[in-house]
Amino acid sequence: MAELSVASGAADTVRKPPLVVRFAGDSGDGIQLAGLEFAKSTADAKSDFMTFPDYPAEIRAPAGTLFGVSAYQIQFDSDEVLTPGDEADVLVAFNPAALKTNLHTLKPGGVLIVDETHFDARGLKKAKVEANPLEDGSLDGYQLITAGVVKRTIEALAPLELGRKQATRAKNFWVLGLVYWLFGRPLDTTEDWLKTKFRKTPEVANANILALKAGHAYAETVELSAVRDFAEPRIAKHKNKSRIISGTQAMAYGIAAVSALGKRDIVYCSYPITPASILLHALARFEAGIRTFQAEDEIAAVSAALGASYAGSLGITASSGPGLSLKTEAIGLGVSVELPLIIIDVQRGGPSTGMPTKPEQSDLSMAIHGRHGEAPLPVLAPATPDECFWIMLEAARTAIGAMTPVIVLSDAYLANAASDWELPDIDAIPDIDWPEYKPNGAEFQPFARDPNTLARPWVAPGTPGHAHRIGGIEKSSGTGHISYDPDNHEEMTRLRAEKIDRLTARWPEVKIEDGPEDGDLLVIGWGSTYGAIAQAVKELNADGKRVTHVHLRHLNPLPRGLSELLDRFLQAVTVELNTGQLCSILRSEFLKPVECISQVNGQPFHVSKLRDEFTKRLEAPGA
Amino acid sequence: MNVMQLKASDFESDQEVRWCPGCGDYAILKVVKTVLADIGHSPDDVVFVAGIGCAARFPYYLSTYGFHTIHGRSAAVATGVKLANPDLDVWVVGGDGDFLSIGGNHTLHALRRNVDLNLLLFNNAIYGLTKGQYSPTSPVGTRSPSTPGGSVEQPVNAVSFALGAGAKFVARGADTLQTHLPTVLKRAHDYKGASFVEILQNCIVYHDGAFGAINDRSESQNVTVRLEHGQPMLFGKENDKGLVFNEQTGTFDVDELTNLKSEDDVAIHDETNIDRAFALAQMEQPGHPVPLGVLYAEPAAEFVDARGFTGTKGAWDRDALKALL
Repeated sequence: MAELSVASGAADTVRKPPLVVRFAGDSGDGIQLAGLEFAKSTADAKSDFMTFPDYPAEIRAPAGTLFGVSAYQIQFDSDEVLTPGDEADVLVAFNPAALKTNLHTLKPGGVLIVDETHFDARGLKKAKVEANPLEDGSLDGYQLITAGVVKRTIEALAPLELGRKQATRAKNFWVLGLVYWLFGRPLDTTEDWLKTKFRKTPEVANANILALKAGHAYAETVELSAVRDFAEPRIAKHKNKSRIISGTQAMAYGIAAVSALGKRDIVYCSYPITPASILLHALARFEAGIRTFQAEDEIAAVSAALGASYAGSLGITASSGPGLSLKTEAIGLGVSVELPLIIIDVQRGGPSTGMPTKPEQSDLSMAIHGRHGEAPLPVLAPATPDECFWIMLEAARTAIGAMTPVIVLSDAYLANAASDWELPDIDAIPDIDWPEYKPNGAEFQPFARDPNTLARPWVAPGTPGHAHRIGGIEKSSGTGHISYDPDNHEEMTRLRAEKIDRLTARWPEVKIEDGPEDGDLLVIGWGSTYGAIAQAVKELNADGKRVTHVHLRHLNPLPRGLSELLDRFLQAVTVELNTGQLCSILRSEFLKPVECISQVNGQPFHVSKLRDEFTKRLEAPGA
Repeated sequence: MNVMQLKASDFESDQEVRWCPGCGDYAILKVVKTVLADIGHSPDDVVFVAGIGCAARFPYYLSTYGFHTIHGRSAAVATGVKLANPDLDVWVVGGDGDFLSIGGNHTLHALRRNVDLNLLLFNNAIYGLTKGQYSPTSPVGTRSPSTPGGSVEQPVNAVSFALGAGAKFVARGADTLQTHLPTVLKRAHDYKGASFVEILQNCIVYHDGAFGAINDRSESQNVTVRLEHGQPMLFGKENDKGLVFNEQTGTFDVDELTNLKSEDDVAIHDETNIDRAFALAQMEQPGHPVPLGVLYAEPAAEFVDARGFTGTKGAWDRDALKALL
């Protein structure tokens, strides 16, 4: 707690450091719910924040087991927050398994809130713990609060005469009340939410509210004053209305925006897979604009989406790694027949089933190269949860403008991480132009091209006088008739590639996020590593170092200016949650030395690790 | 869609047909053009979707919209077409490999989902385009490049499969039966929902005569029974044989009319009876005539089109988007 005590005791001019709170317990303990309520309360306190749910693949693993532990982490600050934080200042552990698997995330001296109810022989055995950590002195380095959560929740709810089991369910709100007190937070946001959520079962709302208040009162009664030194930072971050948004929800709104700005229905086809299915759930709730179709498998999902695009709608499909593997043949067909299509890949740990709930960036090579034949297509990647909104607009403009399938690479972190999002000014976003084919008197040629974009005309069935046939067999340039002519195949192959390459002219030039225009170290990131890289670079540059950060949203083709930028730095390094896929691409594309800072442990980068890695390279180039 | 006065030739494309001379697909193409003209939708409102195989080349030879997709996935692509524009008249064409092997799963789900598609399975019981390997409908013992000692696998019965998948309309025709096949295809088109038609199709190069006398116009009457709703199931050149329903076994027996006490003993075809449809579907040569016509048509079945899915109230506009956010 040393770091915090200094800050809280110092003059107002000393900025208080950001704070990190982590809740951990059984997946049935209501951890994610408590975490989300804490995030809403943080938004009400006008702090900036970023959250990350870290949950197991098992739905309801046996209670108390190590593999059933679910966690939720939030970092908040008066300044901009870019990551959910490396280490926690406050850790809540609901049982021995949660303590064992999460203690390493707590800072030395941090506040540790433990429910000792399950620290009996049975609970310890389930967590495979020999000695009781509450008794063996192993927690001496932390500010331990053993709150007896279950016991006190039951006591607090005694007037309601609920059964023991039902009363125990409110324990997450008891703890939340305690944590709110630590940060001087009011209870009304959560109270209001409970009343609305359980308006049909007011007894459930009452029980949870009673528990919330009891936890809050408990913290006030016992001596937690030292901990209460946390002061809530208060800033007004946004001018306009804002809301808490996860990458998934942002993506859903982005798809709705494509429908609104393009004034066309979207057909969204997918097959359930973790962690992409939550996008299907989000879209299925919309009553207009987006037709959602749960297909029989991944192949049917992409095929139906392509069929929808053929028929004049925009087909979108989403999946995760294994699903993208299954979809590749149909994506290749999309490249060949040159129809718009959006494929969202919410990347997860691989290969095969891998680690379905953990983030990884290991599908980049597959997205760019993973089809048979010469089948280039654009690949985009959002960097933050709120960019998931904008990337869908970019993907739609690209798919329709160039008549091509587009892959969007998200990941398990972006899909679930949430932050405060300033609502966009919808009126300021240009329309999405849906190309209308205008007959020019000459005979219709389905594979004649726009001279600028090289896109072919999109004429859907039902258009009078233009019936034509398309297919995966090579087509004669122009007429689209079946052709096995060698020169034609060469021409068509090069045209399809040129069409994708020309996208760079429409896309923005590579942009420096932070740092000098030239210098010692260029850090190149893509996707969800944005926050950790930006934070590390910001801290080093504030410290007088010279590190430059660029973050690629366009991975194929690569943006203009990147090659020249590489020339202006002594060293260039990619930061990736894989073994160096972007690094390999940059090396082969530009024939320049690029190194990689790589991590494949299913977790987002820690800012501290990146800071150390960058520092090491600054001190010893080429290390 | 408007109904127009059209001729079969209005559905001819400018593409040269590339099937082997004598292929049963020519006969089917001819019938389909006639049926399309009879239905009277403009070629601009009709879509043919196909997978991969000899049969799947079909869309190139029609003047309608056409999409030659990938192996096995035609039903899924067609479902997407229908989701985007339910007003189109969508036909799906494939062979036994396309529909029952690589694409079996999609066939199953298109049928049980009951999207308004017309699925035409050209069954020649062989892989033609890949040069003659046995297929999932090849009879046991089929000698082919991949089964030189004869295949050992039990074939799939296409109409039984379709009924088992929950298809609401199941019919069968044969390529050369040029007066019978059009009536079947017209019924399939008129049916609202997924209609499944197995067309027995002769592959003259790799499996000539696979269906024996069935699609031999002079012999067909002896080995097939033409199903007509409400009519007794008589067959034979002289209509001298009939199907008698065996209540004990739940199957049809074959008998000479002369052996029966009365013609009334011959079972009446009820295309709305799913149990009888299953019994009919099981009838194979030898021993039974092969049933041709509509085996099953569930009356007034609920069919699914885009209007049955979520989000069907039209596109958003800017104001709706602002309200959403």
